[in-house]
Amino acid sequence: MAYFLGLVLALAGFWLAMSGHTEPLILTLGGVSIVLTAILAYRLDIIDREGAPYVRSFGLLAYYPWLFWEIIKANWVVIKACLKADLDIAPALVKVKTVCGSDLAKVTFANSITLTPGTITVEIEGDKLLVHGLYEQGSQPEAFADMDRRCARAVDGKGAA
Amino acid sequence: MVAASLIALLIGMALLLLRAFIGPTLYDRVLAVNSFGTKTVLALGVLGFVMGRPEFLDIALTYALINFVSTIAILKFFRYRSFQVPLARRSPGGKS
Amino acid sequence: MADFLANAHAFWEVARFPAGGFLCLAGALLCLVGTVGVLRFPDVYTRLHAASITDTSGAALLLVGMMFLAPGWLVAAKLVAIGLFLFLTSPTASHALANAAHTAGVQPIIGRVGAGTDETGDA
Repeated sequence: MAYFLGLVLALAGFWLAMSGHTEPLILTLGGVSIVLTAILAYRLDIIDREGAPYVRSFGLLAYYPWLFWEIIKANWVVIKACLKADLDIAPALVKVKTVCGSDLAKVTFANSITLTPGTITVEIEGDKLLVHGLYEQGSQPEAFADMDRRCARAVDGKGAA
Repeated sequence: MVAASLIALLIGMALLLLRAFIGPTLYDRVLAVNSFGTKTVLALGVLGFVMGRPEFLDIALTYALINFVSTIAILKFFRYRSFQVPLARRSPGGKS
Repeated sequence: MADFLANAHAFWEVARFPAGGFLCLAGALLCLVGTVGVLRFPDVYTRLHAASITDTSGAALLLVGMMFLAPGWLVAAKLVAIGLFLFLTSPTASHALANAAHTAGVQPIIGRVGAGTDETGDA
């Protein structure tokens, strides 16, 4: 039920932010479209933690600022690599083992790796991730341990790792 | 300054088209087109501010969604040679 | 206090245009840097790294700059929505691209790609 309410609230907020009109007719149309979307989502059976993660993911609020700082640091390295007069990179493929349990945590972790410039998740198999890094020394499995722990804590709650 | 950033974005898009033409593999071309789409979204937003009509942001938002879907669709097509293959699901035979 | 707030507001109304323009220009130049990387790097996977500069810092700086220039909350909310979509979809698209290339058997260049040997290197 909490997921359903979260979905409806998120849809209503999104609709208001997109339209900005408050005439009764337009508001009625918006209400109808929200109800229709909620019914469709219910029929598709996607109202769960992955489909409507708006109410149970406060851990992510603390995680994303940290991720943005990591992205800024990684950006600087890749920008230097792009602009250096002669090409000086050492790409590498490494296998990273994750402690994330749930699918949502794994997806968040893989997305964070890909979002950070200089590292890209190529494949996920079980709890192992194949990561392609722009610099060999910057993409050793130990470099991702911190991000991995934070992801598991942010998504799976305090109990995980 | 905003007009200058629009010009810089357009130059970037032109250079990306070069990569889309010479890219040795299919994936280089898809990458170039995807990045071109991201730049188009940003350029549409900036264009709205240059012309003083921020309503262009609606178009940019729609384009962001279309760009993502089209990239996934192209990759799926060249992997399975068909759009009618269902992507793998965890629980086959579910409610769906 | 009210006087100070009024002053701060007036200052903000004047200062946000150059600040927003500067941020927009910085973001656009970062996009250009990412494009140069896409043109220079030797294979698909390394080019993806260069393209992700455009997707993260370039887009973020441009969107924040446009938020400074925005005439109202509605426009700023739309910019936030665009930023959210870009941040959620661009890593997914990059991963799908890398995964498709890997599945199709495109071998990445491994090891140091030094000066003068741009296009060589074995899989």
